Amino acid sequence: MIALGQFLEVLIGGLMTGVLYSLVALGFVLIFKASGVFNFAQGAMVLLAGLALVRSLDLLVARDFALWVAIILGIGFAAVVMAITAWLIERFAVGPLVNQDGLTLFMSTIGVTFVLEGAAQMIFGSDVYPLRLFPTDVWLLFESHFPGGILVSKLDVWGALIAGILVAGLAIFFQGTKTGRALRAVADDHLAAQSVGIPISWIWFVVWLAAGLVALVAATVWGTKLGVQFSITFLALKALPVLIIGGLTSVPGAIVGGLIVGAGEKIAEVFLGPHIGGGIEYWFAYVLALAVLLVRPQGLFGERIIERI
Amino acid sequence: MRAPDRNKILLQVEGVSLAFGGVKALTNVSFDIIKGEIRAIIGPNGAGKTSMLNVINGFYHPDHGAIAFKGLTRARMQPFEASRGGIARTFQNVALFKGMSALDNIMAGRTLKMRRGLVWQMLRYGPALAEEIEHRHRVEEIIDFLEIEAIRKVPVARLPYGLQKRVELGRALAMEPDLLLLDEPMAGMNLEEKEDMSRFIIDVNLHYGTTIALIEHDMAVVMDLSDRVVVLDHGVKIADGTPDEVKRNKGVVDAYLGVPH
Repeated sequence: MIALGQFLEVLIGGLMTGVLYSLVALGFVLIFKASGVFNFAQGAMVLLAGLALVRSLDLLVARDFALWVAIILGIGFAAVVMAITAWLIERFAVGPLVNQDGLTLFMSTIGVTFVLEGAAQMIFGSDVYPLRLFPTDVWLLFESHFPGGILVSKLDVWGALIAGILVAGLAIFFQGTKTGRALRAVADDHLAAQSVGIPISWIWFVVWLAAGLVALVAATVWGTKLGVQFSITFLALKALPVLIIGGLTSVPGAIVGGLIVGAGEKIAEVFLGPHIGGGIEYWFAYVLALAVLLVRPQGLFGERIIERI
Repeated sequence: MRAPDRNKILLQVEGVSLAFGGVKALTNVSFDIIKGEIRAIIGPNGAGKTSMLNVINGFYHPDHGAIAFKGLTRARMQPFEASRGGIARTFQNVALFKGMSALDNIMAGRTLKMRRGLVWQMLRYGPALAEEIEHRHRVEEIIDFLEIEAIRKVPVARLPYGLQKRVELGRALAMEPDLLLLDEPMAGMNLEEKEDMSRFIIDVNLHYGTTIALIEHDMAVVMDLSDRVVVLDHGVKIADGTPDEVKRNKGVVDAYLGVPH
């Protein structure tokens, strides 16, 4: 008999972790929606943003700045680093490839990944740097109802809150503004977009900047959870099943996909794991993604694939 | 049809040459487009017609020569600068934003006309909201004009080809261009669709006073619609004049029948 309290605790913990996966997946969705490119470099961008933030914070705190001043300056500095990165990527990696196939652009983002990973660690160092932006202690809820209560990490709640705001903002941005419409237009057809007066280089800069800022947000939360270190780039791998389940082109899909993966893998690990030997958490998401691929290749929320023959 | 004013040259093509490697797409081509007229560009396959349009709207940069638009001469122009100046176009193979609805596609044509900042637009408040509504009005007028009310919310990828071409024309019209470039607006259409499209082109020219340059293979359509015709063959201009003059030109007849040079 599974205790309800334990189930709820696992479920909530899983959902919260899922939101954090969504944060990384969002960066992928942004670039894919706006340029039709699968951005392999998103994980590297999270690392770069995290390193820029944590190293500038350390430096400022060491110079006796007040903590809140240091945090504002540090986030500002990291945002500027991401803006410069966006400009460089547009100028030297994807800009020259306008009107090329999506696969060509994908290959160039693989190159960008290695350059970013190398440059980030060369400039900011390659140790594990702890980041303390959010509280890391826990709440124990409903202690009167369940023995021991339900354990909820405050950091996870913060992460969920931030992700929610981010998604709402991005949804309005894409659906309700001319820049968002221009982004979708560029994703569909470079030539046609140019012909209605959309400057592609500017749009791509905006997209990469937005993805960079989403990476920065992801870095603040993940950095607090794990410390800023190289292994943060592997988050990109966890974002893959999230994308496949949610659909590559859908912002809400990234969130729902993240929730499904997060909750699914935790529940499977805790309740299914003991029966088949454990370690489910590491592959469960991929099996789930495979199942979704077989039934709905475009993902739960993706744009339907329409082909006129 | 309204008589175009001979003194008002909208666009002047001056000795434009363009080569891709060893292939000469255009060789020393010069002609003008007068304000208010419908100007046809014709010629056999591979004559350089589409290359000419691509030079005019900045997709290609000529190796020699220049384009003067509204009296302003430019050798290298970016596509978005051309559209900012008032040049809109459609494509030979329909180039729509496939995932978006017909309405959104046409709204995309208004991108340059919308002025309010991103923050206001996101808040959907005050001046930005008023602006969005105003542009939506203009777009609805175009939708009425092209008789595509019923399909405005349909993702364009699902539409039949003839309607896609209409939406594409709508997107170009939404830019309120001074010069409209149409690359084979009637390719692949049946007779009825061709008649509709001809009617729209004439109406655009009459009601909005838009100057039109069009590439078309259907000679009956070209002769009916256009005020003046320029004929290209192998990237060289071989004739320029009224439809009647061009029809009687021996070089043109030879080019179409494939007489060796």
